[in-house]
Amino acid sequence: MNSISRRRFLKIGAATAGVAATAGALSKFTKQGVKISSNIPEKGIYTIPTYCDLCFWKCNAIATVRDGKLWKIEGNPIDPMSKGRLCPRGTGGVGSYYDPDRLLKPLMRKNNRGEEKWVEVTWDEAFTFIADKMNKIKSEYGPEAVALFSHGIGGNFFKHLLKAYGSPNLAAPSFAQCRGPRDAGFRLTFGEDVGSPERTDIENSKFLVLIGSHLGENMHNTQVQEFATAIERGTKILVVDPRHSVAASKADWWFPIKPGTDIALILAWLNVIVNEELYDKDYIGKYAIGLDKLKQAVANNTPEWAYPITGIKAEVIRETAREMARYKPAALIHPGRHVTWYGDDSQRSRAIAILNALMGSWGRKGGFFSPVSLDIGAYPYPEYPHSEKGKVDNPDNKYPFAHETITTGIREATISGKPYPIKGWFVYATNLMFTLPNEEETIKAIQNLDLMVVVETLPSEITGWADVVLPEATYLERYDDLNVEFFKEPFVAIRQPVLEPAYETKPGWWMAKKLGEKLGLENYFPWKNIEEFLDTRLKTGGYSLEQIKKVGLIKGERQPIYFDEGVTPEFPTPSGKIELYSEQLAAYGFDPVPRYRKHEEPPTGYYRLLFGRSPVHSFGRTQSNPILFDMMKENEVWLNKFVADKLDLKSGDYVVLVNHDGVRSNRVMVKATERIRQDCVYIVHGFGHTSKGFVRSRGLGASDNQLVTKYKIDPIMGGTAQHLNFVSIEREA
Amino acid sequence: MIEITNTRMNHLIDPSLHIWGWEISVYLFAGGMVAGMMIILGFFFFKGREKEVDCVCSILPFLSIIVLSLGMFALFLDLEYKLHVFRFYTTFIITSPMSWGSWILILVYPVLALSVLLKLPKIISKLFPKIEKISAQLKSNRKLVKSVGVFNMILGASLGIYTGVLLSTFQARPLWNSPILALLFLVSGLSVAAALVHMISKSVYERELLAKADNAFLITELFIIILFVIGMVTSVKIHQDAITLFLGGPYTAVFWIFVVLMGIVIPLIIQSLAVSHKVKHTPLAPIFVMIGGLILRFVIVNAGQYSSWY
Amino acid sequence: MARYGMAIDTTKCVGCMDCVVACKTENNVPEGLNRDWIQTIVNGEFPNLTMEIRSERCNHCTNAPCVSCCPTGASHYHDGGIVLVHHDLCTGCKACVASCPYDARFINPEGYADKCTFCVHRVEEGKDPACVSVCPTYCMTLGDLDDPNSEISKLVKSKNNHTNLPEAGTIPNIYYLIGDNND
Repeated sequence: MNSISRRRFLKIGAATAGVAATAGALSKFTKQGVKISSNIPEKGIYTIPTYCDLCFWKCNAIATVRDGKLWKIEGNPIDPMSKGRLCPRGTGGVGSYYDPDRLLKPLMRKNNRGEEKWVEVTWDEAFTFIADKMNKIKSEYGPEAVALFSHGIGGNFFKHLLKAYGSPNLAAPSFAQCRGPRDAGFRLTFGEDVGSPERTDIENSKFLVLIGSHLGENMHNTQVQEFATAIERGTKILVVDPRHSVAASKADWWFPIKPGTDIALILAWLNVIVNEELYDKDYIGKYAIGLDKLKQAVANNTPEWAYPITGIKAEVIRETAREMARYKPAALIHPGRHVTWYGDDSQRSRAIAILNALMGSWGRKGGFFSPVSLDIGAYPYPEYPHSEKGKVDNPDNKYPFAHETITTGIREATISGKPYPIKGWFVYATNLMFTLPNEEETIKAIQNLDLMVVVETLPSEITGWADVVLPEATYLERYDDLNVEFFKEPFVAIRQPVLEPAYETKPGWWMAKKLGEKLGLENYFPWKNIEEFLDTRLKTGGYSLEQIKKVGLIKGERQPIYFDEGVTPEFPTPSGKIELYSEQLAAYGFDPVPRYRKHEEPPTGYYRLLFGRSPVHSFGRTQSNPILFDMMKENEVWLNKFVADKLDLKSGDYVVLVNHDGVRSNRVMVKATERIRQDCVYIVHGFGHTSKGFVRSRGLGASDNQLVTKYKIDPIMGGTAQHLNFVSIEREA
Repeated sequence: MIEITNTRMNHLIDPSLHIWGWEISVYLFAGGMVAGMMIILGFFFFKGREKEVDCVCSILPFLSIIVLSLGMFALFLDLEYKLHVFRFYTTFIITSPMSWGSWILILVYPVLALSVLLKLPKIISKLFPKIEKISAQLKSNRKLVKSVGVFNMILGASLGIYTGVLLSTFQARPLWNSPILALLFLVSGLSVAAALVHMISKSVYERELLAKADNAFLITELFIIILFVIGMVTSVKIHQDAITLFLGGPYTAVFWIFVVLMGIVIPLIIQSLAVSHKVKHTPLAPIFVMIGGLILRFVIVNAGQYSSWY
Repeated sequence: MARYGMAIDTTKCVGCMDCVVACKTENNVPEGLNRDWIQTIVNGEFPNLTMEIRSERCNHCTNAPCVSCCPTGASHYHDGGIVLVHHDLCTGCKACVASCPYDARFINPEGYADKCTFCVHRVEEGKDPACVSVCPTYCMTLGDLDDPNSEISKLVKSKNNHTNLPEAGTIPNIYYLIGDNND
């Protein structure tokens, strides 16, 4: 152990110690006594099953209340997702209730948008205001002029509300800002999505390739658990990442690839595998078309060609291609999740899909399983009104393979008024200021609105721009829709309240129903209360609310999930087969087989800004959670040690990142490390809050999104690539 | 290149241990000074020379009680759970220097009280003639006086050594983890005590006697410091790393300038000149010695907390 | 007599800090304080790097300096060698905090010395400690090191491992597994 480096760390500690000292103030409302759900006795230990909301994985959890106080939250042992173990965020979910920054009362804007000056109002006043505006917009512009941005299952009731109102413009950033290109790439190849939770069978894989995917830092619970199992079982692991991620430290091969050149690497692998006929011949012969055209297309993409592009030695590429093929079909090339990087992301995802196809891993054990689910019906609502105008986000089918709504498309329409104006935004549980690239455009769009409603539990940056803020109860205080999951085992799960909603906060379903009634949409909310809604849905599958409340989730019988177990191979592409060569893409003038195209490189003195995740925070949503705040208070900018020395910076120094457009970040601490290439820097996403409502987390760390002023749109599906921004580093003045 | 990162951020431990502040430094200084005073006064009682050194024998016992009480009050202030202070005296833990220390302190008080009685300050004799009577009776018992002298020396040495042992048994803190520390604190306590007498005594004889003694203590102390540093430098890696705190590290200047130069070397020169009547006796040298002794405790307590195995 | 210890497989640990969070909720550890933590050690130069990730906590040493230096007997060995603190005996003198080479102890705002208890309240009910029970990578095992048939003894035997600062002479009881032992 080296005392010098330890001392260097110690200095870092000293810098954050000031923050710790101010911590400790308990929330303003918990002091007045926490109210537990009325059906839990005051004394003794009681457990209530529910499902987690700290991220979108929706693990099933059990909350424990001790003597009338929420004590802890653990995984539900019968849950196929968590297997009884939550991730750090889920375990820290207790803090989401005790978060001192929570929104507690409905608010209406006092001054200009974005000034964060509020008047507290009653729920009825808020709903009346919203309904009046919505009616006005409907009569002037039509119901399509109100759009919804949402994230997570809690948004279901607002989706329903907006559909009943007559708008088709319902979007989630999880498509165009996150996993969209992956799903497009896999759809074009296999005819199906990878899904969420992903249908990756990591635990049974024998050769696992992670391309930019940092499992372990990215805490998608089941995947991390399976990753650990894979390590234990001796799975060969190959990690492609400009950064020595946690996953890279567990890997047999780490390819510190030059950012933006992944397609070249994959094409070189394809070249070797096709030329040396290492692919699963039987599988390809039976299920795939276009092998010859693929072979032709990648003929020049030899490992020797890829070496100068990627920096990965030709013999290593060749060796790993052979090694990968040795383990087929249990060779899993992980599709990743946040894949909006360089603008050709659908093509990169397609290259990954093709590689998986050649391994024969789709539908196979150790590759991609076929998810199963229970047959639980939707609530029997009346039919939604039909929109004549159609969706606003993708005029003239500009992005032909966008199979979900494009958030940034709605934003563009809001700015331009084309193809038709958008005058109202509903934002549910998604901090658009941290999600959509180029903040300025988002603000410009918001300024064009007649109505901006934000439903949130916390004063996230987007709430600052709202006309009306509706404070939602946290997942621990509310019912939500059923989670009818598609996974390895079929199950349905319930979210139910452990505690009474704090102060004046209300569950989303209640808001949607009340607002629906104000808007004269009573017939779309025929259920008396949420229990009736849930029970009705559960009855369609032969279950009841009473039954599921006790156990949290009900599992169906195990069903086959691999081809070898009896799943019928089906590929819902136009050809009905795996399309190694895509006629669909060719028809729209895109490359039918992915091709490598060079991306812009950072000029001298600039570094490519990469961003990713921390295991203890979800996006920008948990920095104020007192437990998770304790785990990580601010992010650091990772800087190669050599570069840091050159800039005379050391770990613990504070710097400002300045992007190519002159946008300056908040001050951020340097982590001088050998664990990253010299041409890029890395920060964890979700820090650098600016909202006045975030008392402790405001101003800590830097926000990557603020620096993402430049973005490229994936022409295939409309995703916004965000790894195109370059920053220079200035010592904090 | 090794990079170590640690997510722990516990105050008092991170970024480095800093559990003990001025209270413990002051306590160790007070304890050391009292130890020195007890040994000195014990010596003269034992030798039956209490008349020669009036200041030592009539003022030091009384002063010791005050200084020790102040020191113990500082120690009390440092306790995080003050109501439980009595727990020190519901048990004796043989492996715990702190337990030894708390019991030694309990024994010190009666011996010091006896010492006060043996040579009552004049004001007390006047105000409380009854006490004067008891005092006279005790004084007449030479065996008792001798024994009180011996107890003073034994307890004083124990106390002085204990202040060092308290720190030196913490193997987790390499800078403290040297048995020489006990000697260093003992001798430093003696030099501070001697300096004090040198400063406050009205008798020229007593002043010069103690100044000479102090010079001997200071020379010894210097020698011990050198031994301490050499011991660390020639020890295993963690000790080598620890002593860099004084050899180029953040505590280098304060240690060598304030503790060694100002606290030992300069007063030693002044006092040597004074005892050979080349300069007049001034309070300057003893003040330097005492300040040096206090800073020594601060430096050792703080730097020791900074040193660790990592 | 049992001797409780822990084996932590650093090849599986991803340093997610779930153990830290679980400990905090299970034991109501006050804000700003942690009984366990993650230490990461990176060796080498880009791109030839190795990294060890460890979940660390009190080592429940067999020769615990915190127990021997405690002046009141507050720090003590509980059944199974688990090192605990009697809150009502503790004066908050902080000697134990200074004595721990692992810096595993801190002072609870209520005044007593505090640290990992191996979740003795759970272990005595036959459950795993909170950190072990929550770990998404299943990298932690608690068990009896004196029982040659316990899972932990088998792990320590079958895998290469090390303890932290064995040279400090504390005889720590947490073993870090660093790969298969092929001897």
